[in-house]
Amino acid sequence: MIEYAFPGLLNYWIVFLLMMIGLYIVIAHENLIKKIVGLNVFQVSVFVFYISMAKIKGGTAPILADGIEVYSNPLPHVLILTAIVVGVATTALGLALVVRIQESFGTIEDDEVREKEEQDK
Amino acid sequence: MTFLAEHIAVLVVIVPLMAAPLCVVMRCGVASWGWATLVAVGNFFLSIVLIQHVMTNGTIVYDLGGWEGPWGIVYRVDEVGALVVLIISAIAAIVLPYAKESIEREIPKERHYLAYCMMLLCIAGLIGMAVTGDAFNLFVFLEVSSLATYVLIALGSDRRALTAALRYLILGTLGATFYVIGLGMLYMMTGSLNMTDLASLLPAVQNTGTVHVALAFIVVGFGLKLALFPLHVWLPNAYTFAPSAVTAFLAATATKVAVYALIRLIFTVFGDVDPLESYGVRPAVMVLAIAGMFAGSLIAIYQSNVKRLLAYSSVAQVGYMILGISIGNAPAMAGGIIHMFNHALMKGSLFMALGCVFYVIGSVKLEDMAGLGKRMPLTAAAIVGGGFSLIGVPLTVGFISKFYLVQGALTEGMWPVALLIMLSSLLAVIYVWRVVEVMYFRSPAIGCEERSEAPMSLLVPTYVLLGAAFWFGIDATFTGDIAMSAAQTLLGGSK
Amino acid sequence: MSPETLILLSLAIPFVGSLLLLFSGPASANVRDGLTVITAIVLFGVVWHLIQIVDAGGRPSVTLVEMLPGLSITFTLEPLGMIFAGIASFLWIVTSFYAFGYMRGHHETNQTRFFFCFAIAIMSAIGIAFSGNMLTLFVFYEVLTISTFPLVAHSGTDEARRAGRVYLGILIGTSITFLLTAVIWTYVEVGTLDFRQGGILAGNAPEGVIAVLFGLYIYGIGKAALMPFHRWLPAAMVAPTPVSALLHAVAVVKAGVFSVVKVSVFIFGLDTLQNTGASTWLAYVAAATILLSSLVAMRKDNLKARLAYSTISQLSYVVLGAMLATNIGALGSTLHIVMHAFGKITLFFCAGAIIVFAHKTEISDMHGLGRKMPVTFFCFFIAALSIIGLPPLGGTWSKWYLALAAAETDQVIFIAVLMISSLLNIAYLMPVVLYGYFGKEKPAAHDAHDHGHDDHGHHAPPEHPLLRHLTFGRPGVAEAPVLCLAPIVLTTVGCFVLFFYADRIRIFLDPVFGG
Repeated sequence: MIEYAFPGLLNYWIVFLLMMIGLYIVIAHENLIKKIVGLNVFQVSVFVFYISMAKIKGGTAPILADGIEVYSNPLPHVLILTAIVVGVATTALGLALVVRIQESFGTIEDDEVREKEEQDK
Repeated sequence: MTFLAEHIAVLVVIVPLMAAPLCVVMRCGVASWGWATLVAVGNFFLSIVLIQHVMTNGTIVYDLGGWEGPWGIVYRVDEVGALVVLIISAIAAIVLPYAKESIEREIPKERHYLAYCMMLLCIAGLIGMAVTGDAFNLFVFLEVSSLATYVLIALGSDRRALTAALRYLILGTLGATFYVIGLGMLYMMTGSLNMTDLASLLPAVQNTGTVHVALAFIVVGFGLKLALFPLHVWLPNAYTFAPSAVTAFLAATATKVAVYALIRLIFTVFGDVDPLESYGVRPAVMVLAIAGMFAGSLIAIYQSNVKRLLAYSSVAQVGYMILGISIGNAPAMAGGIIHMFNHALMKGSLFMALGCVFYVIGSVKLEDMAGLGKRMPLTAAAIVGGGFSLIGVPLTVGFISKFYLVQGALTEGMWPVALLIMLSSLLAVIYVWRVVEVMYFRSPAIGCEERSEAPMSLLVPTYVLLGAAFWFGIDATFTGDIAMSAAQTLLGGSK
Repeated sequence: MSPETLILLSLAIPFVGSLLLLFSGPASANVRDGLTVITAIVLFGVVWHLIQIVDAGGRPSVTLVEMLPGLSITFTLEPLGMIFAGIASFLWIVTSFYAFGYMRGHHETNQTRFFFCFAIAIMSAIGIAFSGNMLTLFVFYEVLTISTFPLVAHSGTDEARRAGRVYLGILIGTSITFLLTAVIWTYVEVGTLDFRQGGILAGNAPEGVIAVLFGLYIYGIGKAALMPFHRWLPAAMVAPTPVSALLHAVAVVKAGVFSVVKVSVFIFGLDTLQNTGASTWLAYVAAATILLSSLVAMRKDNLKARLAYSTISQLSYVVLGAMLATNIGALGSTLHIVMHAFGKITLFFCAGAIIVFAHKTEISDMHGLGRKMPVTFFCFFIAALSIIGLPPLGGTWSKWYLALAAAETDQVIFIAVLMISSLLNIAYLMPVVLYGYFGKEKPAAHDAHDHGHDDHGHHAPPEHPLLRHLTFGRPGVAEAPVLCLAPIVLTTVGCFVLFFYADRIRIFLDPVFGG
């Protein structure tokens, strides 16, 4: 089973692992910055996923030239470029919000923030 | 005119997208408000041209940059798409004139121009979601609108707006990423991202595990965005603490566009697969929709903040839309689609009326609204009118939606579902009536009995939207025809 | 003017009138009251003209707006609806006069809102009467519910608010859960909601569906106050008496039973009901309601509450007639709508006069009051006799036809129910009159009121001759003022006159129940 699964699908196992790690951090950690980092890990796993599926064994870069028969699919790379941009924007915005939260609540621990929110009611 | 007719599908996206950065360049609240309003109104007219074009000439297929599908990015606007674009741009054109006074009251002066910039970006993103025919492009527009939304929510005057925005950001990003994962799997199986192309390629691989998992990721991803119960947790706080104008705009548009995107994915991309039937998930979706209708309404009954009350009511209303989709015949589907339009009108006007309340008395807590019928008669009347629509009183849009939904359920012989729809509207009676009673039959607190109505610039847009909510409830032939023919097209598979 | 214009006009008149009231009210109470009367009279004129058109065989129809593709707000005149429209609009005139006297005498606040909602309620009643399909009827039915809510909760006290909640909860609850479901279900089964002679469901739906649908319709029309959905009517009695009189004895409740008759006749068709037996069990429910609410009425000491339970009982007469599913039964029902309207409105007028001008609400406090208010009590007596069903008063005929229908369908038990109910009517209505005339006055603390003119703190002396107590020059008499008394006398005379014109109404209804 392992021999079957690992050689060809190693990338996907890693994607899976990263995804779960990311999700776990987002859910379990109280520190807001760590949450954002977790979110990043989660997103990165998807990037790896796209790039892995585009790779063809023995394929090279998709350049229109003689002698190049087998090449990787370029489209997912391009898609992921877009997704990376989106990811960066999200991270930046998230971190900016964390800064503002620190300014107005005086903490970036989620449970403490919640406590203070309760007092606002 | 030919230029307009030729490029209309892309213009509705481009115009607000290009206009947004100008707001930042201006760095002046009033100027960028003027500019944004101008653009919004202009875009509204463009969208009228668009819907007329679609209704006379049929579905528009626009190849972006001249690259033909399935290789290039394609915009595809059918009747429902045009209707959704019309909703977004109409709401924008009504909310922006309203926004000036409201935002001046609720947001520090130096950030005004940012609010208008984000508003325009949000409009562009939402309209983009409605017109695009490319599944990955959908993700991009989804993120454009979402990022703008996070910022807009964070602009709220309460510090809890920040945490609401951050939590929405985390969940929203998870949702969008889920969608990308699902889409990646579909791409693995078919090698295409064009919605029409996907639709023709999918049936061949429909029974693979990958496609099943892909659909699950997509539905959960959008379920988060459209606040499908129990993925709605981000919504109440986000709506409660966002600035009033922003809440009105988002409540009226954001979830609806997500619903529409999901409709396209399920009924166009997966159209020939008929996933609800062939994967046997129809009961599950229906149960979630009905659970949302009841949970949303029940929680709404116990809210003391009226904005939050209406936010939970939105969760319930999204349940109606999803229910309409999941029943799976034309009247019910039409009910779901028409409810996107109708709910935009009623929730928009309700949140705008609440904005008026906040403007005058600085609070939207139920106890602070005592005696509002005497203090702010026009605003209070608007809240009652919108409330009627939520209940589904005849002559309001809510009645029309309910009529179609129940008709669909009964046509299918699902009378328990019909009964549940009716019962959940009784819950709406309860939460609306709590507000009405406090406003009309309780005396105002000492010291604030004198009459003080919100300014006209807030009231007029509120009443325009409310008027529409009654107009399309009295004469629903326009929306009914579109919804019905769209429903038949969608259920007939991808054409 | 064409009949079509007149139809729209008769809806526009109360609507425009209500708007004018809204804007003129705060300026001058006299202008507002004048407007109300003019609106009411003009409306009745138009309706009367339409009645003659319908009597001559005309069936004008007009579509206001297409609400949904294939479903529109349409008004079509037919005799049944004209009867209802006729009573509602006629009694509005009478009630307006009464209301001026009452509201001013009682120093009610928010009178403009009161008369505004009143006019809207009348408009909805006319809309229900004229409705050409079930959708139109449903729409106006709901407008009626909502426009009368502020009238019920008028005083804004805790009690009024609670009553308003019950009122709205039951009426909206039943109409949305049952009635709307039934309406849409009908549409799904038949593809139309038009009222048609002989019924639209006849032969178009399976028997089981018809049975369920009929139950949904009858319970969905909560305004018919069939037990167990009758609680709203006693609750609504906290409203000012003119509201109880016109709306809760005439417009609202009659809208309910009228809808029941209309649905039975034009949606199901009496033959369908007869053949499927869908209505049989409901006939028993109606019979039970007749008896039970009469029994409850006997135990109520509050006059208005007693009258409310009496109304519930009488409404079930109408329902029973429709449930018997014969032409004679339905005719009896329709006649009873008319007869009961005149009788019950008189009773409520009297109750109101007693409340405002003698400050008595409990029957046990009214001993000997008949000597002080002889005219009021005499009218109460006559109207009570009409409700009981004694000749020569209108109520005789409706009971006659109802009993005839029961005999025709060999359901002797319902004849028994009608007769027992008459006895119960005597038992709960006559004591009021008897104690009033012959009872010994209690040495109560209210003696101060024996001389009509004095006032109690907040009651300023009546400012106008029309609002002054009548004494007829006799000591100990302190009758209600002319503005209240004239309507009472008028409707009492109506009870008499109807006895002689019942057959004219039957002929008018012949096209519907002629078979």
